[in-house]
Amino acid sequence: MNQALYFRRRLANITFIVLSMGAALFGLIWLGFILGALLKNGFAAMSPTLFTQPTPPPGSAGGLSNAIAGSVMMSLVAVVVGTPIGLFAGTYLAEYARHGKLAFVVRFVNDILLSAPSIITGLFIYEIIVVRMGHFSGWAGSLSLAVIVIPVVVRTTENMLLLVPNGLREAAAALGAPKNFVIKSVTWKAARAGIITGVLLAIARISGETAPLLFTALGNTQPSLDMNAPIASLPAVIFQFALSPYEDWHTLAWGGALLITGTVLGLSVIARLLENQKRT
Amino acid sequence: MALAAALAVLVIFGGVITSLLIGSMPAFKAFGFGFLTSQAWSPTRDNFGALPAIYGTLVTSIIAMLIALPVGIGIAIFLTDLCPRPLRRPIGIAIELLAGIPSIIYGIWGLFVFAPWFQEHVEGPTIDGLANVPVLGTLFGGAPFGIGTFTAGLILSIMILPFISAVTRDVLETVPSVLKEASYGLGATSWEVMWKVCLPFCQTGVVGGAMLALGRALGETMAVTFVIGNAHKIAPSLFAPGTSISATIANEFTEATTPLYTSSLIELGLLLFVITFIVLAAAQLMLKRMERSKGKV
Repeated sequence: MNQALYFRRRLANITFIVLSMGAALFGLIWLGFILGALLKNGFAAMSPTLFTQPTPPPGSAGGLSNAIAGSVMMSLVAVVVGTPIGLFAGTYLAEYARHGKLAFVVRFVNDILLSAPSIITGLFIYEIIVVRMGHFSGWAGSLSLAVIVIPVVVRTTENMLLLVPNGLREAAAALGAPKNFVIKSVTWKAARAGIITGVLLAIARISGETAPLLFTALGNTQPSLDMNAPIASLPAVIFQFALSPYEDWHTLAWGGALLITGTVLGLSVIARLLENQKRT
Repeated sequence: MALAAALAVLVIFGGVITSLLIGSMPAFKAFGFGFLTSQAWSPTRDNFGALPAIYGTLVTSIIAMLIALPVGIGIAIFLTDLCPRPLRRPIGIAIELLAGIPSIIYGIWGLFVFAPWFQEHVEGPTIDGLANVPVLGTLFGGAPFGIGTFTAGLILSIMILPFISAVTRDVLETVPSVLKEASYGLGATSWEVMWKVCLPFCQTGVVGGAMLALGRALGETMAVTFVIGNAHKIAPSLFAPGTSISATIANEFTEATTPLYTSSLIELGLLLFVITFIVLAAAQLMLKRMERSKGKV
Protein backbone atom coordinates (compact mmCIF):
# COMPACT_ATOMS: atom_id res chain seq x y z
CA MET A 1 0.00 0.00 0.00
CA ASN A 2 2.64 2.48 1.09
CA GLN A 3 4.90 1.26 -1.64
CA ALA A 4 2.19 2.03 -4.21
CA LEU A 5 1.72 5.53 -2.84
CA TYR A 6 5.46 6.08 -2.91
CA PHE A 7 5.68 5.06 -6.56
CA ARG A 8 2.70 7.18 -7.47
CA ARG A 9 4.28 10.22 -5.91
CA ARG A 10 7.59 9.55 -7.60
CA LEU A 11 5.87 9.07 -10.92
CA ALA A 12 3.96 12.36 -10.55
CA ASN A 13 7.21 14.09 -9.69
CA ILE A 14 9.08 12.72 -12.68
CA THR A 15 6.20 13.57 -15.01
CA PHE A 16 6.22 17.11 -13.64
CA ILE A 17 9.96 17.54 -14.14
CA VAL A 18 9.82 16.18 -17.68
CA LEU A 19 6.86 18.42 -18.53
CA SER A 20 8.50 21.61 -17.32
CA MET A 21 11.71 20.73 -19.17
CA GLY A 22 9.52 20.13 -22.20
CA ALA A 23 7.99 23.59 -21.76
CA ALA A 24 11.41 25.23 -21.78
CA LEU A 25 12.40 23.21 -24.80
CA PHE A 26 9.16 24.22 -26.54
CA GLY A 27 10.04 27.89 -26.12
CA LEU A 28 13.62 27.42 -27.29
CA ILE A 29 12.56 25.46 -30.38
CA TRP A 30 10.31 28.30 -31.55
CA LEU A 31 13.10 30.81 -30.99
CA GLY A 32 15.44 28.69 -33.07
CA PHE A 33 12.81 28.16 -35.74
CA ILE A 34 12.12 31.92 -36.09
CA LEU A 35 15.71 33.15 -35.89
CA GLY A 36 16.86 30.40 -38.27
CA ALA A 37 14.33 31.36 -40.93
CA LEU A 38 15.07 35.05 -40.41
CA LEU A 39 18.83 34.64 -40.78
CA LYS A 40 18.54 32.35 -43.79
CA ASN A 41 16.13 34.53 -45.75
CA GLY A 42 17.48 37.81 -44.43
CA PHE A 43 21.10 37.22 -45.35
CA ALA A 44 20.05 36.08 -48.80
CA ALA A 45 18.55 39.55 -49.25
CA MET A 46 21.54 41.47 -47.89
CA SER A 47 23.46 43.53 -50.43
CA PRO A 48 24.90 47.04 -50.62
CA THR A 49 21.98 48.18 -52.79
CA LEU A 50 19.64 47.42 -49.90
CA PHE A 51 21.05 50.51 -48.18
CA THR A 52 21.71 52.73 -51.18
CA GLN A 53 18.65 52.43 -53.38
CA PRO A 54 15.02 53.37 -52.75
CA THR A 55 12.09 50.94 -52.82
CA PRO A 56 11.50 49.73 -56.38
CA PRO A 57 8.32 49.10 -58.35
CA PRO A 58 7.66 45.36 -58.68
CA GLY A 59 9.99 43.63 -61.11
CA SER A 60 12.97 45.98 -60.92
CA ALA A 61 15.95 46.13 -58.65
CA GLY A 62 16.08 48.38 -55.61
CA GLY A 63 16.68 48.64 -51.91
CA LEU A 64 15.16 50.06 -48.79
CA SER A 65 17.13 53.30 -48.37
CA ASN A 66 14.10 55.61 -48.18
CA ALA A 67 12.35 53.30 -45.70
CA ILE A 68 15.45 53.12 -43.51
CA ALA A 69 15.81 56.91 -43.58
CA GLY A 70 12.11 57.38 -42.83
CA SER A 71 12.24 55.00 -39.88
CA VAL A 72 15.34 56.65 -38.45
CA MET A 73 13.88 60.17 -38.80
CA MET A 74 10.53 59.29 -37.27
CA SER A 75 12.11 57.34 -34.39
CA LEU A 76 14.45 60.26 -33.73
CA VAL A 77 11.63 62.80 -33.55
CA ALA A 78 9.55 60.41 -31.41
CA VAL A 79 12.39 60.04 -28.91
CA VAL A 80 13.10 63.79 -28.84
CA VAL A 81 9.43 64.51 -28.15
CA GLY A 82 8.68 61.57 -25.87
CA THR A 83 11.75 61.38 -23.66
CA PRO A 84 11.43 64.73 -21.85
CA ILE A 85 7.74 64.18 -21.11
CA GLY A 86 8.42 60.65 -19.90
CA LEU A 87 11.44 61.76 -17.87
CA PHE A 88 9.56 64.54 -16.09
CA ALA A 89 6.46 62.45 -15.47
CA GLY A 90 8.61 59.64 -14.04
CA THR A 91 10.41 62.17 -11.87
CA TYR A 92 7.09 63.51 -10.63
CA LEU A 93 6.02 60.01 -9.62
CA ALA A 94 9.26 59.16 -7.85
CA GLU A 95 10.29 62.49 -6.33
CA TYR A 96 7.30 64.72 -5.81
CA ALA A 97 4.21 62.64 -5.19
CA ARG A 98 5.28 59.15 -4.37
CA HIS A 99 2.16 58.17 -2.47
CA GLY A 100 -0.33 60.83 -3.58
CA LYS A 101 -3.69 60.10 -5.12
CA LEU A 102 -2.78 61.77 -8.39
CA ALA A 103 0.41 59.71 -8.57
CA PHE A 104 -1.61 56.55 -8.09
CA VAL A 105 -3.90 57.46 -10.98
CA VAL A 106 -1.03 58.50 -13.25
CA ARG A 107 0.85 55.29 -12.49
CA PHE A 108 -2.24 53.20 -13.21
CA VAL A 109 -3.04 54.98 -16.47
CA ASN A 110 0.60 54.82 -17.52
CA ASP A 111 0.73 51.06 -17.01
CA ILE A 112 -2.42 50.69 -19.09
CA LEU A 113 -0.93 52.84 -21.87
CA LEU A 114 2.23 50.75 -21.66
CA SER A 115 0.45 47.61 -22.77
CA ALA A 116 -2.49 49.09 -24.69
CA PRO A 117 -2.71 47.91 -28.31
CA SER A 118 -0.48 50.08 -30.48
CA ILE A 119 -3.02 50.16 -33.28
CA ILE A 120 -5.22 52.28 -31.00
CA THR A 121 -2.40 54.85 -30.87
CA GLY A 122 -2.53 55.00 -34.64
CA LEU A 123 -6.29 55.62 -34.64
CA PHE A 124 -5.88 58.32 -31.99
CA ILE A 125 -3.24 60.25 -33.93
CA TYR A 126 -5.23 59.76 -37.14
CA GLU A 127 -8.24 61.40 -35.49
CA ILE A 128 -6.44 64.35 -33.93
CA ILE A 129 -3.68 65.06 -36.47
CA VAL A 130 -4.25 63.43 -39.84
CA VAL A 131 -7.90 64.46 -40.08
CA ARG A 132 -7.08 68.02 -38.96
CA MET A 133 -4.15 68.42 -41.34
CA GLY A 134 -6.01 66.72 -44.12
CA HIS A 135 -3.16 64.45 -45.16
CA PHE A 136 -0.87 61.71 -43.84
CA SER A 137 2.57 62.84 -42.75
CA GLY A 138 5.87 61.85 -41.20
CA TRP A 139 5.14 64.19 -38.27
CA ALA A 140 1.95 62.29 -37.48
CA GLY A 141 3.91 59.03 -37.61
CA SER A 142 6.51 60.45 -35.22
CA LEU A 143 3.84 61.59 -32.78
CA SER A 144 2.15 58.20 -32.72
CA LEU A 145 5.53 56.65 -31.93
CA ALA A 146 6.10 59.30 -29.24
CA VAL A 147 2.86 58.22 -27.58
CA ILE A 148 4.41 54.74 -27.32
CA VAL A 149 7.76 56.07 -26.06
CA ILE A 150 6.30 58.08 -23.16
CA PRO A 151 4.93 55.25 -20.96
CA VAL A 152 8.11 53.18 -21.40
CA VAL A 153 10.31 56.07 -20.28
CA VAL A 154 7.96 56.97 -17.40
CA ARG A 155 8.08 53.44 -16.05
CA THR A 156 11.85 52.96 -16.23
CA THR A 157 12.59 56.48 -14.95
CA GLU A 158 10.39 55.98 -11.92
CA ASN A 159 11.86 52.54 -11.19
CA MET A 160 15.41 53.80 -11.52
CA LEU A 161 14.85 56.89 -9.37
CA LEU A 162 13.33 54.74 -6.65
CA LEU A 163 16.58 52.75 -6.55
CA VAL A 164 18.54 55.88 -5.64
CA PRO A 165 19.16 55.68 -1.87
CA ASN A 166 17.38 58.34 0.17
CA GLY A 167 20.60 59.10 2.01
CA LEU A 168 21.91 60.81 -1.14
CA ARG A 169 18.86 63.09 -1.33
CA GLU A 170 18.99 63.88 2.38
CA ALA A 171 22.71 64.64 2.27
CA ALA A 172 22.22 67.06 -0.62
CA ALA A 173 19.25 68.69 1.06
CA ALA A 174 21.22 69.02 4.27
CA LEU A 175 23.87 70.96 2.38
CA GLY A 176 21.17 73.45 1.56
CA ALA A 177 20.40 72.44 -2.00
CA PRO A 178 16.86 73.23 -3.15
CA LYS A 179 14.75 70.30 -4.31
CA ASN A 180 15.01 70.95 -8.05
CA PHE A 181 18.79 71.17 -7.71
CA VAL A 182 18.88 67.90 -5.77
CA ILE A 183 16.89 66.18 -8.50
CA LYS A 184 18.89 67.68 -11.33
CA SER A 185 22.38 67.12 -10.06
CA VAL A 186 22.06 64.25 -7.60
CA THR A 187 19.24 61.82 -8.28
CA TRP A 188 19.20 62.12 -12.08
CA LYS A 189 22.95 61.69 -12.12
CA ALA A 190 22.82 58.65 -9.86
CA ALA A 191 20.12 57.07 -12.02
CA ARG A 192 21.59 58.13 -15.37
CA ALA A 193 22.52 54.67 -16.67
CA GLY A 194 19.09 53.35 -15.79
CA ILE A 195 17.30 56.21 -17.52
CA ILE A 196 19.39 55.77 -20.67
CA THR A 197 18.49 52.08 -20.55
CA GLY A 198 14.84 53.08 -20.56
CA VAL A 199 15.28 55.31 -23.58
CA LEU A 200 17.12 52.54 -25.43
CA LEU A 201 14.34 50.10 -24.64
CA ALA A 202 11.82 52.64 -25.91
CA ILE A 203 13.75 52.98 -29.19
CA ALA A 204 13.86 49.19 -29.48
CA ARG A 205 10.13 49.09 -28.93
CA ILE A 206 9.23 51.67 -31.59
CA SER A 207 11.65 50.50 -34.25
CA GLY A 208 9.51 47.42 -34.77
CA GLU A 209 6.14 49.15 -34.44
CA THR A 210 4.05 48.91 -37.56
CA ALA A 211 0.41 49.28 -36.62
CA PRO A 212 0.49 52.95 -35.56
CA LEU A 213 2.37 53.97 -38.71
CA LEU A 214 -0.09 52.47 -41.18
CA PHE A 215 -2.56 55.31 -40.93
CA THR A 216 -0.34 58.14 -39.78
CA ALA A 217 2.81 58.07 -41.92
CA LEU A 218 1.10 55.79 -44.47
CA GLY A 219 4.23 55.00 -46.49
CA ASN A 220 5.51 56.40 -49.74
CA THR A 221 6.93 54.65 -52.77
CA GLN A 222 8.71 57.83 -53.86
CA PRO A 223 12.07 58.43 -52.19
CA SER A 224 10.67 61.39 -50.27
CA LEU A 225 12.25 62.61 -47.05
CA ASP A 226 9.68 65.35 -46.45
CA MET A 227 8.35 64.93 -42.92
CA ASN A 228 5.27 66.92 -43.87
CA ALA A 229 4.24 64.35 -46.48
CA PRO A 230 3.56 60.62 -46.34
CA ILE A 231 6.86 58.89 -45.66
CA ALA A 232 8.09 55.31 -45.98
CA SER A 233 9.16 53.32 -42.92
CA LEU A 234 10.78 49.93 -42.64
CA PRO A 235 7.96 48.09 -40.82
CA ALA A 236 5.26 49.49 -43.10
CA VAL A 237 7.29 48.57 -46.19
CA ILE A 238 7.75 45.03 -44.87
CA PHE A 239 4.01 44.77 -44.31
CA GLN A 240 3.19 45.99 -47.80
CA PHE A 241 5.90 43.97 -49.57
CA ALA A 242 5.34 40.71 -47.71
CA LEU A 243 1.64 40.67 -48.54
CA SER A 244 2.31 41.42 -52.21
CA PRO A 245 2.48 38.65 -54.79
CA TYR A 246 5.96 39.66 -56.07
CA GLU A 247 8.95 37.46 -55.33
CA ASP A 248 11.56 40.26 -55.34
CA TRP A 249 9.42 42.31 -52.95
CA HIS A 250 9.35 39.32 -50.59
CA THR A 251 13.16 39.22 -50.65
CA LEU A 252 13.34 42.91 -49.73
CA ALA A 253 10.82 42.34 -46.93
CA TRP A 254 13.05 39.62 -45.45
CA GLY A 255 16.06 41.94 -45.71
CA GLY A 256 14.12 44.63 -43.84
CA ALA A 257 12.96 42.10 -41.26
CA LEU A 258 16.55 41.10 -40.52
CA LEU A 259 17.58 44.76 -40.21
CA ILE A 260 14.79 45.52 -37.73
CA THR A 261 15.39 42.43 -35.62
CA GLY A 262 19.10 43.14 -35.58
CA THR A 263 18.48 46.71 -34.43
CA VAL A 264 15.97 45.74 -31.76
CA LEU A 265 17.99 42.88 -30.33
CA GLY A 266 21.20 44.95 -30.51
CA LEU A 267 19.59 47.79 -28.55
CA SER A 268 18.23 45.35 -25.96
CA VAL A 269 21.68 43.84 -25.47
CA ILE A 270 23.26 47.28 -24.98
CA ALA A 271 20.48 48.21 -22.55
CA ARG A 272 21.07 45.01 -20.60
CA LEU A 273 24.83 45.60 -20.45
CA LEU A 274 24.26 49.12 -19.14
CA GLU A 275 21.89 47.80 -16.52
CA ASN A 276 24.34 45.16 -15.34
CA GLN A 277 27.15 47.68 -15.22
CA LYS A 278 24.97 49.79 -12.94
CA ARG A 279 24.38 46.91 -10.56
CA THR A 280 28.00 45.90 -10.01
CA MET B 1 7.10 71.07 -14.98
CA ALA B 2 7.16 67.54 -13.63
CA LEU B 3 3.51 67.85 -12.67
CA ALA B 4 2.66 69.05 -16.17
CA ALA B 5 4.39 66.03 -17.68
CA ALA B 6 2.51 63.71 -15.33
CA LEU B 7 -0.73 65.37 -16.34
CA ALA B 8 0.28 64.95 -20.01
CA VAL B 9 0.10 61.19 -19.48
CA LEU B 10 -3.48 61.57 -18.28
CA VAL B 11 -4.31 63.93 -21.14
CA ILE B 12 -3.08 61.38 -23.69
CA PHE B 13 -5.23 58.71 -22.10
CA GLY B 14 -8.28 60.96 -22.04
CA GLY B 15 -7.54 62.08 -25.58
CA VAL B 16 -7.47 58.51 -26.83
CA ILE B 17 -10.89 57.77 -25.35
CA THR B 18 -12.44 61.05 -26.48
CA SER B 19 -11.13 60.88 -30.02
CA LEU B 20 -12.27 57.29 -30.43
CA LEU B 21 -15.70 58.17 -29.03
CA ILE B 22 -16.12 61.12 -31.38
CA GLY B 23 -14.81 59.14 -34.33
CA SER B 24 -17.20 56.27 -33.75
CA MET B 25 -20.32 58.43 -33.29
CA PRO B 26 -21.54 58.17 -36.93
CA ALA B 27 -21.30 54.37 -36.86
CA PHE B 28 -23.01 54.22 -33.50
CA LYS B 29 -25.84 56.43 -34.75
CA ALA B 30 -26.27 54.26 -37.82
CA PHE B 31 -26.15 50.82 -36.23
CA GLY B 32 -26.73 51.29 -32.49
CA PHE B 33 -25.99 48.28 -30.34
CA GLY B 34 -26.85 45.99 -33.26
CA PHE B 35 -23.27 46.70 -34.37
CA LEU B 36 -22.07 44.28 -31.72
CA THR B 37 -24.19 41.34 -32.87
CA SER B 38 -24.34 41.86 -36.63
CA GLN B 39 -22.31 39.65 -38.93
CA ALA B 40 -22.68 41.92 -41.94
CA TRP B 41 -19.57 43.44 -43.49
CA SER B 42 -20.38 45.02 -46.79
CA PRO B 43 -18.44 48.14 -47.80
CA THR B 44 -20.46 48.48 -51.00
CA ARG B 45 -23.76 48.67 -49.14
CA ASP B 46 -22.37 50.57 -46.17
CA ASN B 47 -23.52 47.93 -43.71
CA PHE B 48 -21.15 46.86 -40.95
CA GLY B 49 -21.21 44.55 -37.94
CA ALA B 50 -18.54 43.71 -35.42
CA LEU B 51 -19.37 40.14 -34.44
CA PRO B 52 -16.90 38.23 -36.68
CA ALA B 53 -14.07 40.52 -35.61
CA ILE B 54 -14.95 40.26 -31.91
CA TYR B 55 -15.28 36.48 -32.27
CA GLY B 56 -11.89 36.24 -33.98
CA THR B 57 -10.18 38.39 -31.36
CA LEU B 58 -11.60 36.34 -28.50
CA VAL B 59 -11.01 32.92 -30.07
CA THR B 60 -7.40 33.61 -31.08
CA SER B 61 -6.69 34.97 -27.59
CA ILE B 62 -8.29 31.96 -25.91
CA ILE B 63 -6.26 29.55 -28.05
CA ALA B 64 -3.13 31.54 -27.23
CA MET B 65 -3.86 31.47 -23.51
CA LEU B 66 -4.67 27.74 -23.48
CA ILE B 67 -1.26 27.00 -24.94
CA ALA B 68 0.87 29.72 -23.39
CA LEU B 69 -0.39 29.53 -19.82
CA PRO B 70 0.71 25.97 -18.96
CA VAL B 71 3.88 26.24 -21.03
CA GLY B 72 4.78 29.67 -19.61
CA ILE B 73 4.30 28.52 -16.05
CA GLY B 74 6.27 25.36 -16.85
CA ILE B 75 9.16 27.45 -18.15
CA ALA B 76 9.07 29.64 -15.05
CA ILE B 77 9.12 26.60 -12.76
CA PHE B 78 11.94 25.07 -14.76
CA LEU B 79 14.00 28.25 -14.54
CA THR B 80 13.45 28.90 -10.82
CA ASP B 81 13.74 25.42 -9.37
CA LEU B 82 14.87 22.74 -11.77
CA CYS B 83 17.37 24.19 -14.20
CA PRO B 84 21.07 23.55 -13.54
CA ARG B 85 22.59 26.86 -12.42
CA PRO B 86 24.99 27.50 -15.32
CA LEU B 87 22.16 27.07 -17.84
CA ARG B 88 19.73 29.31 -15.99
CA ARG B 89 20.91 32.65 -17.35
CA PRO B 90 21.32 31.67 -21.02
CA ILE B 91 17.93 29.94 -21.18
CA GLY B 92 16.29 32.84 -19.36
CA ILE B 93 17.76 35.32 -21.83
CA ALA B 94 16.74 33.16 -24.78
CA ILE B 95 13.13 33.09 -23.63
CA GLU B 96 13.23 36.86 -23.12
CA LEU B 97 14.50 37.22 -26.68
CA LEU B 98 11.13 35.90 -27.83
CA ALA B 99 9.57 38.99 -26.25
CA GLY B 100 12.07 41.26 -27.98
CA ILE B 101 11.28 40.13 -31.52
CA PRO B 102 8.95 42.71 -33.12
CA SER B 103 5.50 41.46 -33.95
CA ILE B 104 5.89 42.11 -37.67
CA ILE B 105 8.69 39.54 -37.68
CA TYR B 106 6.32 36.96 -36.21
CA GLY B 107 3.93 37.96 -38.98
CA ILE B 108 6.31 37.54 -41.90
CA TRP B 109 7.69 34.32 -40.42
CA GLY B 110 4.19 33.01 -39.81
CA LEU B 111 3.11 33.76 -43.35
CA PHE B 112 6.12 32.46 -45.27
CA VAL B 113 7.59 29.75 -43.05
CA PHE B 114 5.20 28.55 -40.41
CA ALA B 115 1.86 28.51 -42.25
CA PRO B 116 3.06 26.32 -45.16
CA TRP B 117 4.77 23.93 -42.73
CA PHE B 118 1.73 23.82 -40.47
CA GLN B 119 -0.59 23.27 -43.43
CA GLU B 120 1.37 20.29 -44.65
CA HIS B 121 2.43 18.58 -41.45
CA VAL B 122 -0.27 19.39 -38.92
CA GLU B 123 -3.50 20.58 -40.48
CA GLY B 124 -3.68 17.94 -43.22
CA PRO B 125 -3.21 14.92 -40.94
CA THR B 126 -5.45 16.41 -38.22
CA ILE B 127 -8.31 17.04 -40.62
CA ASP B 128 -8.02 13.52 -42.06
CA GLY B 129 -7.66 11.90 -38.67
CA LEU B 130 -10.61 13.66 -37.04
CA ALA B 131 -12.94 13.69 -40.05
CA ASN B 132 -15.38 11.23 -38.50
CA VAL B 133 -15.22 12.36 -34.87
CA PRO B 134 -18.42 14.31 -34.03
CA VAL B 135 -17.46 17.65 -32.43
CA LEU B 136 -13.73 17.70 -33.14
CA GLY B 137 -14.40 16.87 -36.79
CA THR B 138 -16.22 20.19 -37.22
CA LEU B 139 -13.85 22.17 -35.05
CA PHE B 140 -10.82 20.97 -36.98
CA GLY B 141 -12.48 20.34 -40.33
CA GLY B 142 -12.52 21.99 -43.72
CA ALA B 143 -9.63 22.52 -46.06
CA PRO B 144 -6.06 22.98 -44.83
CA PHE B 145 -5.33 26.63 -45.70
CA GLY B 146 -2.30 27.04 -43.48
CA ILE B 147 -3.47 30.50 -42.50
CA GLY B 148 -6.52 30.83 -40.27
CA THR B 149 -7.80 31.40 -36.77
CA PHE B 150 -5.87 28.52 -35.20
CA THR B 151 -2.54 29.52 -36.77
CA ALA B 152 -3.04 33.07 -35.49
CA GLY B 153 -3.76 31.77 -31.98
CA LEU B 154 -0.69 29.55 -32.07
CA ILE B 155 1.63 32.38 -33.10
CA LEU B 156 0.07 34.64 -30.46
CA SER B 157 0.82 31.97 -27.87
CA ILE B 158 4.52 32.05 -28.78
CA MET B 159 4.49 35.85 -28.50
CA ILE B 160 2.92 35.99 -25.03
CA LEU B 161 4.87 33.03 -23.65
CA PRO B 162 7.77 35.19 -22.41
CA PHE B 163 5.40 37.60 -20.61
CA ILE B 164 3.74 34.81 -18.67
CA SER B 165 6.99 33.12 -17.79
CA ALA B 166 8.66 36.40 -16.76
CA VAL B 167 5.87 37.41 -14.38
CA THR B 168 5.52 33.89 -12.98
CA ARG B 169 9.26 33.75 -12.42
CA ASP B 170 9.21 37.04 -10.56
CA VAL B 171 6.41 36.00 -8.26
CA LEU B 172 7.84 32.51 -7.69
CA GLU B 173 10.98 34.19 -6.43
CA THR B 174 8.93 35.95 -3.74
CA VAL B 175 8.03 32.61 -2.13
CA PRO B 176 10.01 32.58 1.13
CA SER B 177 12.55 29.78 1.09
CA VAL B 178 11.49 28.84 4.64
CA LEU B 179 8.16 27.65 3.22
CA LYS B 180 9.86 25.52 0.60
CA GLU B 181 12.42 24.13 3.02
CA ALA B 182 9.72 23.22 5.51
CA SER B 183 7.79 21.28 2.86
CA TYR B 184 10.87 19.49 1.64
CA GLY B 185 11.63 18.70 5.26
CA LEU B 186 8.25 16.99 5.57
CA GLY B 187 9.28 14.77 2.67
CA ALA B 188 7.36 16.43 -0.14
CA THR B 189 8.54 15.93 -3.73
CA SER B 190 9.44 18.88 -5.99
CA TRP B 191 6.07 18.54 -7.69
CA GLU B 192 4.19 18.67 -4.41
CA VAL B 193 6.17 21.65 -3.16
CA MET B 194 5.51 23.52 -6.38
CA TRP B 195 1.85 22.58 -6.82
CA LYS B 196 0.67 22.69 -3.23
CA VAL B 197 2.90 25.34 -1.69
CA CYS B 198 4.52 27.72 -4.19
CA LEU B 199 1.75 28.15 -6.75
CA PRO B 200 -1.04 28.69 -4.21
CA PHE B 201 1.24 31.18 -2.46
CA CYS B 202 1.58 33.34 -5.57
CA GLN B 203 -1.75 32.63 -7.21
CA THR B 204 -2.75 36.28 -7.50
CA GLY B 205 0.52 37.18 -9.15
CA VAL B 206 0.28 34.38 -11.69
CA VAL B 207 -3.30 35.29 -12.57
CA GLY B 208 -2.28 38.95 -12.85
CA GLY B 209 0.56 38.01 -15.19
CA ALA B 210 -1.78 35.89 -17.27
CA MET B 211 -4.22 38.80 -17.60
CA LEU B 212 -1.37 41.08 -18.67
CA ALA B 213 -0.47 38.56 -21.37
CA LEU B 214 -4.13 38.27 -22.37
CA GLY B 215 -4.24 42.05 -22.82
CA ARG B 216 -1.30 41.78 -25.21
CA ALA B 217 -2.89 38.92 -27.12
CA LEU B 218 -6.16 40.77 -27.57
CA GLY B 219 -4.55 43.85 -29.03
CA GLU B 220 -1.79 42.23 -31.06
CA THR B 221 -2.08 43.44 -34.61
CA MET B 222 0.63 42.73 -37.11
CA ALA B 223 1.32 39.07 -36.45
CA VAL B 224 -2.38 38.29 -36.53
CA THR B 225 -3.05 40.34 -39.64
CA PHE B 226 -0.51 38.31 -41.60
CA VAL B 227 -1.85 34.87 -40.77
CA ILE B 228 -5.53 35.07 -39.89
CA GLY B 229 -6.81 35.18 -43.46
CA ASN B 230 -9.07 38.23 -43.20
CA ALA B 231 -12.44 36.68 -43.89
CA HIS B 232 -15.45 38.44 -42.36
CA LYS B 233 -17.32 35.37 -41.30
CA ILE B 234 -17.58 33.04 -38.36
CA ALA B 235 -16.55 29.62 -39.58
CA PRO B 236 -17.25 26.49 -37.51
CA SER B 237 -13.72 25.23 -38.15
CA LEU B 238 -10.79 26.75 -36.29
CA PHE B 239 -8.57 26.07 -39.31
CA ALA B 240 -10.70 28.33 -41.52
CA PRO B 241 -9.68 31.94 -42.19
CA GLY B 242 -11.27 34.52 -39.94
CA THR B 243 -10.50 38.04 -38.83
CA SER B 244 -9.91 39.98 -35.64
CA ILE B 245 -10.60 43.54 -34.57
CA SER B 246 -7.02 44.67 -34.94
CA ALA B 247 -6.52 42.83 -38.25
CA THR B 248 -9.65 44.40 -39.71
CA ILE B 249 -8.52 47.89 -38.76
CA ALA B 250 -4.97 47.38 -40.02
CA ASN B 251 -6.10 45.96 -43.33
CA GLU B 252 -8.99 48.17 -44.22
CA PHE B 253 -8.51 51.55 -42.58
CA THR B 254 -6.63 53.22 -45.41
CA GLU B 255 -8.97 51.67 -47.96
CA ALA B 256 -12.16 52.76 -46.23
CA THR B 257 -14.04 54.75 -48.86
CA THR B 258 -17.08 56.10 -47.03
CA PRO B 259 -17.21 58.08 -43.77
CA LEU B 260 -19.42 55.38 -42.27
CA TYR B 261 -16.83 52.72 -43.15
CA THR B 262 -14.07 54.69 -41.40
CA SER B 263 -16.31 55.35 -38.44
CA SER B 264 -17.20 51.65 -38.12
CA LEU B 265 -13.50 50.81 -38.02
CA ILE B 266 -12.92 53.42 -35.34
CA GLU B 267 -15.81 51.97 -33.33
CA LEU B 268 -14.06 48.58 -33.61
CA GLY B 269 -10.95 50.29 -32.22
CA LEU B 270 -12.97 51.70 -29.36
CA LEU B 271 -14.33 48.22 -28.58
CA LEU B 272 -10.82 46.82 -28.58
CA PHE B 273 -9.64 49.59 -26.28
CA VAL B 274 -12.50 48.99 -23.85
CA ILE B 275 -11.90 45.21 -23.76
CA THR B 276 -8.15 45.53 -23.26
CA PHE B 277 -8.64 48.30 -20.70
CA ILE B 278 -10.81 46.04 -18.56
CA VAL B 279 -8.37 43.13 -18.81
CA LEU B 280 -5.28 45.27 -18.17
CA ALA B 281 -6.90 47.14 -15.29
CA ALA B 282 -7.78 43.84 -13.61
CA ALA B 283 -4.21 42.66 -14.17
CA GLN B 284 -2.75 45.84 -12.61
CA LEU B 285 -4.96 45.58 -9.56
CA MET B 286 -4.05 41.92 -9.01
CA LEU B 287 -0.32 42.54 -9.39
CA LYS B 288 -0.56 45.54 -7.03
CA ARG B 289 -2.28 43.40 -4.44
CA MET B 290 0.45 40.80 -4.82
CA GLU B 291 3.11 43.45 -4.32
CA ARG B 292 1.47 44.75 -1.18
CA SER B 293 1.10 41.33 0.40
CA LYS B 294 4.76 40.61 -0.32
CA GLY B 295 5.92 42.50 2.74
CA LYS B 296 3.52 40.79 5.12
CA VAL B 297 4.81 37.22 5.21
